Amino acid sequence: MFKPVIGLEIHAELKSKSKMFCQCSADYFGKKQNSNTCPVCLGLPGALPVPNKKAVEWAQLIGKALNCRLNRNSKFDRKHYFYPDLPKGYQISQYDEPLCSQGYVEINQKKFRIHRVHLEEDTGKLIHSGVDTLVDFNRSGVPLVEIVTEPDFDNAEDVKRFLEELHTIIRYLGVSDADMEKGSMRMEPNISLRAIENGEEKRQQFELPAYKVEVKNINSFRFVKQAIEYEIERQKEILERKETPAQETRGFDEKKQITYSQRSKEEAHDYRYFPEPDIPPMTFSREYPDSIKVPELPAQKMKRYMAEWKIKEQDALVLTRDINTADFFEMVISKCKVPSSKQIPNPNQSIANLIINKKIATTMPVEEFAAKAMELLQPKKTDEKALYILINQLIKTNPKVAEDYKKGKTNAVMFLVGQVMREMKGQADAKIVREQLENELKKR
Amino acid sequence: MDLLGKSLLELKQLVADKKISEKEINEYFLKRIKKYNPQLNAYLTVNENSAHLPLAVKDNFCTKGLKTTASSKVLDNFIPPYESTVTERLINNGFSVIGKTNMDAWAHGSSTETSDYGPTKNPWDTNRSPGGSSGGSAAAVSAYLTPAAIGSETAGSIRQPAAWSGVVGLKPTFGRVSRYGVIAMGSSFDCPGPLTTTVTDAAYLLGVIAGKDQFDATSSSIKAADYNQLLKNKNKYTIGISDDYFDGVDEQTINKIEKSIEILKKLGHKIKKITLIHPKYDISIYTILQRAEVSSNLSRYDGIRYGNERNEFGVEAKRRIMLGAYTLSYGYYDAYYKKAQKARTLIVNDMKKAFSEVDFIVAPTAPITALNLGEFEKYPFFGEVMDQLNEAAAVAGTPAINLPVGLDNNNLPVGMQIMGNYFEEEKILNLAYQFEKETDFFGVIKRGIDNYKD
Repeated sequence: MFKPVIGLEIHAELKSKSKMFCQCSADYFGKKQNSNTCPVCLGLPGALPVPNKKAVEWAQLIGKALNCRLNRNSKFDRKHYFYPDLPKGYQISQYDEPLCSQGYVEINQKKFRIHRVHLEEDTGKLIHSGVDTLVDFNRSGVPLVEIVTEPDFDNAEDVKRFLEELHTIIRYLGVSDADMEKGSMRMEPNISLRAIENGEEKRQQFELPAYKVEVKNINSFRFVKQAIEYEIERQKEILERKETPAQETRGFDEKKQITYSQRSKEEAHDYRYFPEPDIPPMTFSREYPDSIKVPELPAQKMKRYMAEWKIKEQDALVLTRDINTADFFEMVISKCKVPSSKQIPNPNQSIANLIINKKIATTMPVEEFAAKAMELLQPKKTDEKALYILINQLIKTNPKVAEDYKKGKTNAVMFLVGQVMREMKGQADAKIVREQLENELKKR
Repeated sequence: MDLLGKSLLELKQLVADKKISEKEINEYFLKRIKKYNPQLNAYLTVNENSAHLPLAVKDNFCTKGLKTTASSKVLDNFIPPYESTVTERLINNGFSVIGKTNMDAWAHGSSTETSDYGPTKNPWDTNRSPGGSSGGSAAAVSAYLTPAAIGSETAGSIRQPAAWSGVVGLKPTFGRVSRYGVIAMGSSFDCPGPLTTTVTDAAYLLGVIAGKDQFDATSSSIKAADYNQLLKNKNKYTIGISDDYFDGVDEQTINKIEKSIEILKKLGHKIKKITLIHPKYDISIYTILQRAEVSSNLSRYDGIRYGNERNEFGVEAKRRIMLGAYTLSYGYYDAYYKKAQKARTLIVNDMKKAFSEVDFIVAPTAPITALNLGEFEKYPFFGEVMDQLNEAAAVAGTPAINLPVGLDNNNLPVGMQIMGNYFEEEKILNLAYQFEKETDFFGVIKRGIDNYKD
């Protein structure tokens, strides 16, 4: 028996105005190659980094939202490696004193621990064109938050849920687009398997396997799940042969849905970290973390919708997945004055339904949506006489339905309800229609 | 008009009084450069378009549109698209760069001999080194190929060439002057500073270049003082002397320093014996930290975006890259870099303790006077040993000034340094000014200039 041990590294680009260490715009998308650069992000001789205060605050905001401790002391370090997209020959990152550490995210009563949240700079981009490789430094120096979890996951589904929750949280904070297609959120799972024998699991729980496989640069939750599932099977096969999988970095082939070897342990880097001498260490007061204000997060919002507005759990979840939907919902609620009635016992839930079922386009302005919603949610005045005539007419023209109903197929009535509602052009209360229909059917 | 030997501020006054034009001054210095630079090799690049009061600038300061090589073939073709903060402030204050001066390549050295463009010669004896790494700047001031120059010091690179070439050289507190646009050597040590013929010029230039810079996160927000205003005060100080700083120092140098200390006493200052961490320990601490930073700082020169390929690096740069990468490597970091970093704190505390007892520490700047060219490369780490009297202030980041205090039997200048507390440049300059008024540096600077007649 084997149990997967999975940890995650997630990178998110911050959408701050300027880059991490210079005045260039952090919004590089779609700009002419190397037009969004300066001496600092090009690594020109003599250029120096000056940290972006907003980016530091935002990294701490993410940390706080993930229940991390905001460290009183933090610093930047240089991480060295040579690559053409890394202009200085080192990346300014954080090594042993990250901005935030020891947090957690709770999903369905399961806690997944966060090891650390730190800040670094993004690299340039290589563009392969024929035999040439070109470098575009527009992205060089864009602030990048790295979130590292503890190896707390043992299945791909939990990982997917966690990543979706994290994505939602980051979007709620408004600090990153976390757009995976544009590469502003990137995910790297670390996967290994721990052998367990009956009852032996507990004793070995804290021992990590002797190897670790890192899958790099995956850009969708579904692919993360597929990559993990593939790795679990691949490693299981190796372990069952009584061999140990190689410690390595692997890539993910989206088309074949398999992982492939990229770099082995022997080729692993010695990054030669040391404190960045160009940036003084950061110290924060004891009171400082209180100044970082975390907005209401999706989980809290969901609970509030359920408690305050009696929204069904599944609907509350759907409404809070995206901050824009949640905001829209709350604004409509504040503008819609629908009294609860026998027909509409919970107008809030009805408004939720309108949004979720896309009964009214949510692309229209809130005021317009609210007006339409109020119209739809007016208690329907039913013309009892017209209804009586219509019902009897329909029962007559649909004898099979009446027969089915009598045989006990009570659901058959729903067909007639639909017919009535269509004929009455919605100007009837469905509940009343059903009651009346059943009364008439029973009479026969 | 006879301009020979006029200080920068004197020239500035002449221009203000319309007694001479800036054009005439530039023509004067360009003529002298043409005449004497071939034998001294102080300048690598001469700016014929210099239009305002001229200054020489070490070739590790990025100057927009003016070739900047740090004396390395790697940057043989590098023309910066931006201006360093120091040169920008000078330009904004009415100066222009008349030329870029020779240096040890990447500032790696204490003799200007590791330059890929040949050594600079000491104006006092062209068979000798002017010191380094700001040797070109020191020689240019000493031979009056510029009224003043800007250099940079990591450990000794302003003070030691100033001592060997017989000029005033001020190394400010780390963070007093912006490093933006200065090709980094040891980032946690590098300090730009002036080399001049008078203390007044040094004070003036420091006032121009000092102060917070939004492009250098390590630049201090402590306000720069009005250095020239404070020169004239006749303050009395307590001066600390540490015997360890005279250990193994040449007899003649010791004599000159002792004579100068007597003069300081005569001026009413108190002399107090103090003990400091022996400078020999500074060598290891400084070397390890500096090499680590060098190995990192030179990583950007990959020849992809600008400059030549890495095989153009000279021997000294390669040595430093390898040693630095080694001390930062996995498994060695704790034993070298981290330990040196801890020991650095000891030096910092030692200096702070000293300056709680005395206003200054006075010591020789260099253990010997100028060496013959070629001597340096015979001994590995010879530069570090030569610079050991400069390393405490470099490691601690405190300010110091070199002043000429006479000539030895070979007619070579001897230098004395005054080290001061953090951000107390105005006090150092004040004492230096009192000394200058009393001694006129024993005529050393004037004699140096007179060796190079118009």
